[in-house]
Amino acid sequence: MKRTTGQTLAFVTSVMMILLLLAGCGSSNNTPSATKNNTGAANGKTDTTSEPAAKTTLTLMVGNSGTTLEALKAVATEAEKKLNIAIEYDIKPDGTEGDNLVKTRLATGDMSDLLVYNTGSLLKAVNPVDNFLDLTNESFMADVLDSFKTVVTVDGKVYGAPVGSSSAGAILYNKKVYGELGLTVPQTWTEFMANNEKIKAAGKTAVIASYKDTWTSQLFVLGDYYNLQAQVPNFADDYTNNKAKYATTPAALRSFEKTEEPFKAGYMNKDFLATTYDVALKMLADGTGVHYPMLTSALDSILQNSPDKINDIGVFPIPSDSADVNGLTVWMPSGLYINKNSKKVEAAKKFAEYFVSKEGQDIFASKVKAAGPNVIKGIELPDDAYEGVKEMQKYFDEGKTAPALEFVSPVKGPNLENLTVAVGSGITSAQKGAEDYDKDVLKQAQQLNLPGW
Amino acid sequence: MTKLTIRTYSYLFLIPAFLIYFVFYLLPTVLSLFFSMTRWTLTDWNYIGFDNYVTFFSETALSIGFRNTLIYAVVTCGLKVILGLLLGAFLTSTVLFKNYLRSVIFFPTLLSTIAVGIAFSIMMHPSQGLINTSLAVFGIDGPDWLGNTKIALLSVALVDVWKGIGVATVIYIAGISAIPGEYYEALKIDGGSSMNAFRYITVPLSRPAMNSVIILSFIGGLRSFDLIWAMTKGGPGFTTDLIASIIYKQYQAGFYGLATAGNVILFVGVSLLAFPLYKYLTKSEVHL
Repeated sequence: MKRTTGQTLAFVTSVMMILLLLAGCGSSNNTPSATKNNTGAANGKTDTTSEPAAKTTLTLMVGNSGTTLEALKAVATEAEKKLNIAIEYDIKPDGTEGDNLVKTRLATGDMSDLLVYNTGSLLKAVNPVDNFLDLTNESFMADVLDSFKTVVTVDGKVYGAPVGSSSAGAILYNKKVYGELGLTVPQTWTEFMANNEKIKAAGKTAVIASYKDTWTSQLFVLGDYYNLQAQVPNFADDYTNNKAKYATTPAALRSFEKTEEPFKAGYMNKDFLATTYDVALKMLADGTGVHYPMLTSALDSILQNSPDKINDIGVFPIPSDSADVNGLTVWMPSGLYINKNSKKVEAAKKFAEYFVSKEGQDIFASKVKAAGPNVIKGIELPDDAYEGVKEMQKYFDEGKTAPALEFVSPVKGPNLENLTVAVGSGITSAQKGAEDYDKDVLKQAQQLNLPGW
Repeated sequence: MTKLTIRTYSYLFLIPAFLIYFVFYLLPTVLSLFFSMTRWTLTDWNYIGFDNYVTFFSETALSIGFRNTLIYAVVTCGLKVILGLLLGAFLTSTVLFKNYLRSVIFFPTLLSTIAVGIAFSIMMHPSQGLINTSLAVFGIDGPDWLGNTKIALLSVALVDVWKGIGVATVIYIAGISAIPGEYYEALKIDGGSSMNAFRYITVPLSRPAMNSVIILSFIGGLRSFDLIWAMTKGGPGFTTDLIASIIYKQYQAGFYGLATAGNVILFVGVSLLAFPLYKYLTKSEVHL
């Protein structure tokens, strides 16, 4: 009998040990990379006999939409030859799914050596001070423009190197149709609406909306920030400190009204709620739609889908109510960040240095054409830049640009895209939409524990 | 064996099961109650009491969400109960190709919900979708199924019914097959029609099956998420948001505490509706 008890105990303990083993698996996520390091080192040792230097392999996490990945790969291939640093890609989805993945990987200490990620308010949400390497004093950061540095700076330290060129939130328009209808680039909102009326009369879609991809609905609000800032210079600070609201600042409310007006006037395409981003770009390229409020990085997609039409596409800023206020709202490129806890920080720095060098940038630019001026000193726009981008240069030269609000304030409500769809399709009024957005922002600020909310 | 060993001996066998229950069910439930009262990232948290609940209830979209969830649950549940019964009766009768037809009804259940959602959202495109181009052949100008704020939610509910009716029908088939044949014979002898058989025998005697269908599809409807997310993402605007999609949006925005609070609210809400309903239904059940 005593033996039976012993057997039971043995059985129970073994079961518990199995459970403990299972639980242990959760934290063993790091083992593969650790083994990889070892094998890497082992290879290195054997390599030293045949090759001059040990090859280092870095992991790089990057999103897969657009042509950035291809251009990065081209740079990495050269880097492998020059620096003996190979890159292994860790592909993540873009958008909020990707943001969640990055947050989780950072929190579990499972981040790759290098990361390409957003700048501005989204960077602040992933706690760069704890996670990324401080690049403030690195020599290769010297040529990076200050305008970019501000959007990767947290607590006075710079954390990222730029990946790609800047872009703008503006109105892309079809120049061919403008020529056919004898239209000129509008300086004010009234002129813009007058152009729309003429386009509509010619039987074309005046303003393309692609609300099936909800994020595309925000441009009349986000891209209007230059105009807002020109009229209310303190808005970003007051907004961050809970002193200014969208619904109660007339110049800010105007952005929501601009979202509403094209719908009310019937200028939008018929199936705008079922239209996707890709379909919208096609409409613009074909000239069936004439105005598309969008980021200029869309030019890259137009080149991919309809390469022969790319130079028909022009760019002008979202018009304000006065001809004196006329400038571009600028989006900064993504940043390249180095994982602070990476075991190969030195190699990662070398790669970053090569990436921002003239040579690295030339290779990058040969694969993905700039959607706006570069943010590294001495890297000029090539002569064969898109027509639309050349039109943008004028505003940069005259200093008529402002960074988008999400780069100067950590406050951005997550539901803006749904609210602008509601306003832009007549479900709610501009006033109500702005009020709802203020509530959304309040919630986000409270969750971020910002002072004063 | 001592008395104590005898008393505790049998309990030792429960330990593995209890550990699994504790780690995967009890612990997360208690933890989520706790985390719903904090602001937390994946690494740290701070306690804020009931603030999350207050914020969640002041959510603009929430009243729409509550209403939509109820409409969605009632519509899908109602249609599954009625159509499932009719289909169940049809497929237990002496119809030709019975087994083939049964598998046809069950087929959509086997598909991935996301795939169904994407396929239907393409078919429901207002001008190029299969549904409206087919309607156009007959000269009917079909509505914008997913863009029209008045019918978008119902469109999704109909797809849910199409996909979920297989399970309801199978439950009905089992229930109806369990009804003894003598009842039908007795009715035949008394000169009853097949309409009478359906009304006076099939319907009342398949009540246990019907109750299962009601409970399953009602709870399923209340916590439904995947189909609405694949088809409309709660849009246009917030018109088709359900509680579950509102919760997911909070999570997506990184408001983990708020999302957890939403889940606790959903849990309490479903329990408050489902338990009384279950009590009521089982009380009025007829025994064979």
